Amino acid sequence: MRAALHAEWTKLRTVAGPLSLLLGTIALTVALGAAVISVLTCGAAGCGGDTTKLSLTGVDLGQALVVILAVLVIGGEYGSGMIRTTLAATPRRATVLAAKAVTLAGAVAAAGTVAVLGSLLAGRLILPGHGFTTARSHPPLSLADGPTLRAAVGSVLYLVLIALLSLGVATVVRDSAVGIGVVLALLYLFPILSPVVGDPHWQRLLQQVGPMSAGLAVQATTDLRSLPIGPWAGLAVTAAWAAAALSAAGLLLRLRDA
Amino acid sequence: MVTPTPTSAPTPTTPQYRSAQRTGRDGFAQLLHAEWTKFRTVQGWTIGTMSAALLVVLFALLAGASSDQHGSPGVPIGPSGEPVTDSFYFVHQPLAVNGSITVSVSALSESIPQGLADLQPGVVPWAKAGLIIKQSARQGSPYAAIMVTGSHGVRMQDDYVNDAAGLSGPVSTASPRWLRLERSGDAVTGYDSTDGAHWTAVGTVHVAGLGSGAQGGLFVASPPPVRGLGTATSVATAVFGNLTLQGGRPGGAWTGDQVGPESPSFAGYPQNTAGSFTQSAGSFTVTGAGDIAPAVRSTLPTGGVLGDILTGTFAALIAVIVVGALFVTSEYREGMIHVTVAASPRRGRVLAAKAIVLGVVTFIAGLAGAVLAVPLGLHLARANGVYLFPATPWVQLRVEFGTAAVLATASILALAVGAVFRRSAGAVTTVIVAIVLPYVLVAIPFIPAGVTDWLTRVTPAAAFAVQQTLVPYHQVTGIYSPYNGYYPLAPWAGFAVLAGYAAVSLAVAVVLLRRRDA
Repeated sequence: MRAALHAEWTKLRTVAGPLSLLLGTIALTVALGAAVISVLTCGAAGCGGDTTKLSLTGVDLGQALVVILAVLVIGGEYGSGMIRTTLAATPRRATVLAAKAVTLAGAVAAAGTVAVLGSLLAGRLILPGHGFTTARSHPPLSLADGPTLRAAVGSVLYLVLIALLSLGVATVVRDSAVGIGVVLALLYLFPILSPVVGDPHWQRLLQQVGPMSAGLAVQATTDLRSLPIGPWAGLAVTAAWAAAALSAAGLLLRLRDA
Repeated sequence: MVTPTPTSAPTPTTPQYRSAQRTGRDGFAQLLHAEWTKFRTVQGWTIGTMSAALLVVLFALLAGASSDQHGSPGVPIGPSGEPVTDSFYFVHQPLAVNGSITVSVSALSESIPQGLADLQPGVVPWAKAGLIIKQSARQGSPYAAIMVTGSHGVRMQDDYVNDAAGLSGPVSTASPRWLRLERSGDAVTGYDSTDGAHWTAVGTVHVAGLGSGAQGGLFVASPPPVRGLGTATSVATAVFGNLTLQGGRPGGAWTGDQVGPESPSFAGYPQNTAGSFTQSAGSFTVTGAGDIAPAVRSTLPTGGVLGDILTGTFAALIAVIVVGALFVTSEYREGMIHVTVAASPRRGRVLAAKAIVLGVVTFIAGLAGAVLAVPLGLHLARANGVYLFPATPWVQLRVEFGTAAVLATASILALAVGAVFRRSAGAVTTVIVAIVLPYVLVAIPFIPAGVTDWLTRVTPAAAFAVQQTLVPYHQVTGIYSPYNGYYPLAPWAGFAVLAGYAAVSLAVAVVLLRRRDA
């Protein structure tokens, strides 16, 4: 396993793509979060809104780059035929998949932490200038605040889970483009479709099972009762998606020829 | 030494080889045929394109079948078939075919609840108090009215959608407004005045079907103000004086009624308030809530639109974007691009042929999906008691063709970006994020309307305007956001934004394809 891990780390480290994707994840996450909160105002007309969650809006975009990275970790090998070399070197396929998952999770966790902390810092610096002050019961964002800390840790874990989900899906479909299409459809379609469903029960159910709509519940810090699913329960749904995708990937990797 | 004399024996001639095939030509038709053959014979691409059409239909079935509004009260429909709000407090008596009503308004004040049952004075810009002549108390019946409003001065309105401005400025005891409606058959003329002596005609309208049983009198309405992403309730009270009626029944008395108390387009009264009127010494104090206006998405939240039925477009977009990008990037991956550009060295034409084949195939698939999805979804939704905002057959056709055109153009955009990146992963993600993410962002609460409008003006997501069937009204306070189905650009202008992105990307791709080695 150590050799496999080392091999995967070398692959990730020595190709230009992954590093620029990770840096891109950080840049886009912080940039979109800062853009969103810089258009908010809090004044006499009221401000409402969950500033922690809004500061972390960038995760909606940053996750797209995480998906590319994760899909390419295996999809790129199928594209170039490298997968045959990899499997010849490490014939135990579960080990290969596990090594890829661990390396990927580590890299995404590191980049995700920087991205999330950067977004919260941007919120802390920008929000007071837009009227979100302690006097209006919007104290500056701080990790010392329990719900904000949970939102921050949860967002990093969310990005890691999305990476694992993408790795699983890409292994199943064995093609980068199709893998990315499937993962982005799973992420973005649930929030877009659920409002169209007329029956409130089904609407809630769709929000509860969508990997993005459920997982990002972990970012909420106010009005938790109106959420379709609890913060940690929502993240557990995303984890279940990732686990299901990785299990299917492990099974198919064993059963199929490369 | 014998040197062989050169013989002049003829060298044996072999007949020159000629292929049975016709001479190959670098014609554009051949190029199109080659690209069509490539597309047709890759199973995944055909399946991807067909599944796009299927997704449009499946989501239409889901949207239609998942709603259940059996037994909810019917939506009031105005004279020209549009949904309306027609709920207000009406103090009335019968009015003859020729007659007039005159009144002065000295106060109009609105209240909005802040929290539970804590009524605070507020401004409701389109709160209304004035005179109305209406065919009957039935919701949606034809009418003409002249009124003072919360902050839009005197207005004359008729048949829900028509609105004309009279005197401006607010009303108060020091500066009252006199209003008069004069009826002559179906023609109703509205007048306003600041003193009851000098009158100005605001307009004459023809109200078809006012009939002989028309009711005339005072009305007060107060539409729901916008609060964040939703609407609240409100209530207004007006003080009237100098009420005179010509053409009424002798000895007729004023009766007060709430028109349309139970209606999907009426938000109701704030807690602990109700419509009422009191009469003392020639003065009337009337309290009412509601509105007399066309219904919009935020005042008729249960109403559905064609765009809802076609939500599957998002899923279909992802499928056609993947196919579009793969149509060129897989040539790079397999090395097929060398053969392609060797066979047809004019590279711009190769890309043009690819774009045409991909665009036509995707358009046909998308059109098939939309043409099937719209009637099916509409039928299912109506069968489940859902009211759908009206769309003429032409608008419906525009939505169907527009949806197909959006899918085709998005696939061409993916093709062009794929040719620029030469890798599928980056191309697919870029195009999906550019089209779908803005739509996810406009759904975030608290993002100001200016920003969501901007997002649906400059990003490729502007193209969803082709699915708009709703009409915004300046005289109705509503949430006219892209999320609610109101786009800042006209349908084809929105489509043009996406087409512009596709055209620019295609041009960049052609330049790069020529400059770079394959």
